[in-house]
Amino acid sequence: MLAVVHRDLLLAIRRKTEVLTALLFFIIVASLFPLGIGPEPALLRKIAPGVLWVAALLATMLGLQRMFAADHADGTLEQMLLSPTPLALLVAGKNLAHWLVCGLPLVLLAPLLGLQFDLDAQALGVLTLGLLLGTPVLSLIGSIGAALTLGVRGGGVLLSLLVLPLYIPTLIFGAGAVQAHAAGQGAGGHLSLLGALLVLSVFFSPFATTAALRIALE
Amino acid sequence: MSNGIVHWLKFASPASFYPLAGRMIPWFTALAVLFGVAGLWVSFFVAPTDATQGEGYRIIFVHVPASWMSMFIYLVMATWAGIGLALNTRLSAMMAQALAPTGALMAFLSLWTGAFWGKPMWGTWWVWDARLTSELVLFFLYLGFIALQAAIDDPRRADKAGAILALVGVVNVPIIYFSVKWWNTLHQGASVSLTRAPSMAQTMLWGMLLMALCFWMYAVVMALKRVRAIILEREAHTEWAQQFAQVPA
Repeated sequence: MLAVVHRDLLLAIRRKTEVLTALLFFIIVASLFPLGIGPEPALLRKIAPGVLWVAALLATMLGLQRMFAADHADGTLEQMLLSPTPLALLVAGKNLAHWLVCGLPLVLLAPLLGLQFDLDAQALGVLTLGLLLGTPVLSLIGSIGAALTLGVRGGGVLLSLLVLPLYIPTLIFGAGAVQAHAAGQGAGGHLSLLGALLVLSVFFSPFATTAALRIALE
Repeated sequence: MSNGIVHWLKFASPASFYPLAGRMIPWFTALAVLFGVAGLWVSFFVAPTDATQGEGYRIIFVHVPASWMSMFIYLVMATWAGIGLALNTRLSAMMAQALAPTGALMAFLSLWTGAFWGKPMWGTWWVWDARLTSELVLFFLYLGFIALQAAIDDPRRADKAGAILALVGVVNVPIIYFSVKWWNTLHQGASVSLTRAPSMAQTMLWGMLLMALCFWMYAVVMALKRVRAIILEREAHTEWAQQFAQVPA
């Protein structure tokens, strides 16, 4: 599993543009909203969590298709299927690598973008913590969709149709945490629910992805 | 006992289910018409005018059954998909595929009639209420299932991929429902309350139940018709299917 993580990270470092494009996309989308809506700090503070979370969802989507596509094309995926290591473990490794490449930079960058939206330090903390818990869920659920649409006509658009509805709970709790904090309710409940989603998806999603990959490679 | 099981499992084969479905369709059509006529009669002539909502509330007789069926069909569809995945039976997957468009139609109908109902009652076509939002998400899930199956050329792979998606969806539906519900209570106060007064007239309930039965039978008829078409399409290479195809239906 660690070998898979190491290999995927190495590949990502060798092809920096792909990673950086997703990151840049995140920044640009988040920066477009103030331009479209207007610069009032009060309004921006209100929409910041939603905007940043939606931008994070879309940026994660960009990298999803690549999770298995290259390995599928050059036959690596078939070798993984045949290897004595359980496929679910290898899939978990690929998910982890995807998160490290596509999710973690978003988490690190979010406080900076949050500053643009005039969030205070505590709200930034809650936002970052929420993204830290939530973005792995996005990678894990997304990998099911990526495996299902592997090698399918119009896979990219289809992938977003399949995966985005399943992202709704993560979006709600993630953005809700910051809003609850702003409303003085405390973000603990939302963050706990995000944690619960993370635990559930870590446990179940590799199996669903594995099943989908086996079907795709039949 | 064992004879009974063998007898029933015979119909898991598309070749023997095709004529059975053909024989069942008229019966279920008759039931649908029967329940439909009774339901419409009760809902238009028997059920009293609502004290607060006037005549406009009568859309409930389409709206609520459609919502019920949209959720129920998703469950049935996922069950068939799961059976198909576990036992590798072709017919189960075909049933799941045949149910999806009807389910999507019901979800759409539920949203559409809900908008028609909401406009005179709440003064708006749409509110971000928990139930409305989760129904919308359910509609998206149906569309995703249909789109995925349509995008994969190999029917066996389409079946299995769709089955996994349906099962993932079933696990997610309650999570989505509750998350939307909590999100909703956080955001808006009780400006719009969907919970009506508990004193629903008995006849209204009967009208709704009859209409739900009508929709149910309609869904069965449509699923059977569609599954017959799917069977013929997939078994087009077999001799029996070619025989059936020549007889005008």
